[in-house]
Amino acid sequence: MTATLPTTAVAVPNRIDSFPTDRIAGYNVRPGRALPYGASIVPHGVNFSVYSSRAEAVSLVLFRRGEADPFVELPFPEEFRIGGVWAITVFDLDYEHIEYGYRVTGPSTPGPGDRFDANQVLADPYGKAMSGRDVWGTPPDWTDPYRHRSRLTFDDFDWEGDQPLRIPPEDLVIYETHLRGFTRHPSAAVVHPGTYAGMVEKIPYLKALGVNCVELMPIFEFDEFENSRVNEQTGETLYNYWGYSTVGFFAPKAGFAATGKHGMQRDEFKNLVKQLHRAGIEVVLDVVFNHTAEGNEYGPTIHFKGLDNRTYYMLTPDGYYYNFSGTGNTLNCNNPVVRDYVLSCLRFWASEYHVDGFRFDLAAILDRGPDGAPMSNPPLPEALAFDPLLRDCLLIAEAWDAGGLYEVGSFPNYYRWSEWNGKYRDTVRKFLKGEADVIGELATRVAGSPDLYRHRGTIASINFITCHDGFTLADLFSYNEKNNEANGENNNDGGNDNDSWNCGAEGPTDDPGIRALRTRQMKNALLLLLISQGVPMILAGDEVGRTQRGNNNAYCHDSDLTWFDWSLVDENAELLRFVRHCIAFRANHALLRGRHHARGSDVQSIGYPDLSWHGTSAWQPDWSPSSRLLAFMRSASTLEEGVDHVYVAVNSHWESHELELPVLPDGVLWHVFADTSAAAPNDSFAPGEEPVLRNQHSAPVGARAALVLVARRPLY
Amino acid sequence: MTFTVTSSRNGRTALITLAGDLDALTAPMFLVEVERAAEGDVDQLVVDMTDLAYLSSAGLRGLVFARQKMPDDSRIVLVRPNDAVEQSIRLVGFHHSVVFSQQVPD
Repeated sequence: MTATLPTTAVAVPNRIDSFPTDRIAGYNVRPGRALPYGASIVPHGVNFSVYSSRAEAVSLVLFRRGEADPFVELPFPEEFRIGGVWAITVFDLDYEHIEYGYRVTGPSTPGPGDRFDANQVLADPYGKAMSGRDVWGTPPDWTDPYRHRSRLTFDDFDWEGDQPLRIPPEDLVIYETHLRGFTRHPSAAVVHPGTYAGMVEKIPYLKALGVNCVELMPIFEFDEFENSRVNEQTGETLYNYWGYSTVGFFAPKAGFAATGKHGMQRDEFKNLVKQLHRAGIEVVLDVVFNHTAEGNEYGPTIHFKGLDNRTYYMLTPDGYYYNFSGTGNTLNCNNPVVRDYVLSCLRFWASEYHVDGFRFDLAAILDRGPDGAPMSNPPLPEALAFDPLLRDCLLIAEAWDAGGLYEVGSFPNYYRWSEWNGKYRDTVRKFLKGEADVIGELATRVAGSPDLYRHRGTIASINFITCHDGFTLADLFSYNEKNNEANGENNNDGGNDNDSWNCGAEGPTDDPGIRALRTRQMKNALLLLLISQGVPMILAGDEVGRTQRGNNNAYCHDSDLTWFDWSLVDENAELLRFVRHCIAFRANHALLRGRHHARGSDVQSIGYPDLSWHGTSAWQPDWSPSSRLLAFMRSASTLEEGVDHVYVAVNSHWESHELELPVLPDGVLWHVFADTSAAAPNDSFAPGEEPVLRNQHSAPVGARAALVLVARRPLY
Repeated sequence: MTFTVTSSRNGRTALITLAGDLDALTAPMFLVEVERAAEGDVDQLVVDMTDLAYLSSAGLRGLVFARQKMPDDSRIVLVRPNDAVEQSIRLVGFHHSVVFSQQVPD
C-alpha cells in the first residue's frame, strides 16, 4: 500500500490549546506559553518565547535555511506578552528547514546602556542549535547581517539507558583537551578529523591511558572567525581556535560535528557522550559565563545586546561595559535574570546531554555583583551548588579573573565547588626547575593543599601542572622564554611567569643528555601529579610530549602547532608507558585518593602515621630553604588492599642522594614502582609487577629524579 | 524528489520500502508505517533504502522511533542505504542499533 501525507503531522491527540486563535501574516498562531524560554516543538506547531525587560515591540523573523532574506515576519500582538515575556505558538511550520530570530524595538527614548536596534535580527539566547558556522573554517558571508541563526531541534536521541557515571570525584583522572585539536592532525587517521565523531574513534586510546574524565575546552557554539586575521609575517590565518567566546550557550558547536552541515550536531555530540560513558569516561565541559562574543561598544550584536543589554552585562553608570574578562564585556552573572539563565543552561546540558560536570572559565567573575565588586555570598555560585539537577555534577572554578580577583582557596564554595589549584601548578613547577625554598610548600601541595582546603576535602583541589593556557609539559622543560611570535602580537601576549626551565638549551636540541633530562623531568612532573592528593588533571598530549614550539598562548592556531600529533604515540612510547603505569598505580592505591586530608598521625592504629615526612634519614625531613629533597610515606588500611604503604622521594637537586628507608612491618618488603633515573623499561612497572628492592634499608634517588616504592609481600 | 513509502508483511518480517527524500515533511508518513509494522507480531523490520536519496535528521528520528517501537529482541535491517545515508547513521552512533545489509533478507 502507499501512504499519503497525513493532514496532522504529529500523532498527538487534539487538544483545545493546539488550535490556532489568530492569523498573522498568513500564519495560524495563538498566544504562546511563556515558559520555557526559547523555541519548543508543540503539537502541530512551534512555541517561541523570548524575554526583554524594556522592549516595546517584538517580531518573530523566519528564514528558509540559508536564504539571506526572511520569508515572513510575525509581529507579536500586545496581548501575546506577559510581563516582559513575548510568546507565540506558530502552526504548520516546516521546522527542519527554517531558521529564526527576533526583531526587537526598544523604547523611543533610550536610557543609558540601552542598545536596541530594530534593524538587527537577534538570535535566540536559548536556541538549541545555531547555523552559520556549520563547517569549521568555511569563510562566512561577511555581508550577511544575521550570521548566527537559531534553529529548531528535536529531543528524541536514543540514549539506550545511558546516564551520568557519578564516579567519586576522588577517583577521577581528568584529561583536558580541545575537541577539534584532538583528532584534526592527519596522523590521527580517523574518518572525520576534528569532530565529535572523530573523538569517538579515539576512545580506546583514552581507555588504555587510564583516564576516566575528559574535560572538553569550549564546545558551545562559537565563531572561529571572531577576530580572525592573517599573520602578515607567516601568511597564516589566525582563528578564534580555543573558542572562549560563546555565541550560543545552548547549542553545541556545529563545526565540531561531521554532521553539522545536516544540522545533526546535537545527535553527534550526544553519541560522543554516550560512547565515552560506555568506556567509563566522564565528560566535563569548559563553560564560559564570564563574557560573551558580543564584545564592547564596537563588538557585534548577536542576542543579549539587542534584547536587554542592561540586564545581561555589567555596565558603568554611563552605560559602558565593565571589562573584568579582558575581552570587552562582562556577563552580569548575579543579576537574577542572568543567574536564572546560567542555571537553565547548565541544567539543560546536564539533563539533555548527560554531561558529568562543568569547569567555569574565569569563575571569579561569578562572584562579582552588578557593580563589579566581589560579593561575600554571591547568589550564582550558591544556586549552582545547591541545584537539584546539578547535584551530581562536578563544579570546577578557575578561581581568578582578568580583573585581578584571585580566589584560589577562597572561592565561595558551599562545600561543593572544586578549584583549579593554581598554587599547586606554581609550586610544583618551581620545585622541578630546582628553585630553593619550596620544599615546605611542595609538601603542602602534594598532601592536597590542606592550607587551602582543609574543610572542603581533597576533592576541592584540581591539581595540574599544565593546562591549555601556558606551556605544554614538553615545552615547560624546553623553553625558558615564551615564543609567541606566530600570534602576531610581537610576542607581547601570553604570561611571562612560566616557571619553566629549558634543561640547558633553548628549544629543540640533539644533545642526548638534555633530551634525556627533559624526558626525566616530564616523568617527574607526571609522577608527582599522579601521586598527589587531590584530583589530577593532565593536558592532552603531555603524556606523549606534545610541543607547541614554545608558544604559551596558542589560542589562535588551528594548525599542527596545536593539534595532537599522533605520531608521538610511537615516538614517545616510553613516556606514554610511564604515564599509563602512573595512572594504574593511582587506581590501585586508594590511599593516594583519600577524600580527606591526612592527619599526620596513626589514625587507624596500624603502627604508622597516615602521612609521614622523611629525608636522607628516615623520619627526618629537611625543611631548610636549601633543601631540594622531599620524601614522604603514605600508610593506610583499606578493606580491599589491607595495610598499604607507599614511599615517595622527589629530588630536584642536581646530585643524587642515598635515602634511609622507613622500616616496614614483618612480612612485607619495599618494591620499586617507579624510578625516573632508571632507563626504560625499568623506570616504571605495571601493578603487581614491581621488582623487590635489593637493599631494604636504603635506596638512592637520582639527580633530578623521583623514586616511588610500594610495600607488599614478595611473590616468592 | 517525490517521497513514497510502501509496506508489506511476510510472516514475522515487516518490510518498508522508502524512495525519495526522508525529511521533516515526509517523516510522518514513515512513522505511520512503522507504527503499523510494530502493531503486528514481528521480530524483524526490514527497511529497503535502495531508492532513498536523502535522510535528514527528522528522517533519522524515524529510525529511532522504529527502534523504540519494536520489541527489544527484534532486528532492524537497513538494506542498501547510499553512502551519505549510511554515514549519517554511523556518525550519530545509531549503527549500533541496526543491521546493514546488501539485500532484503528472506
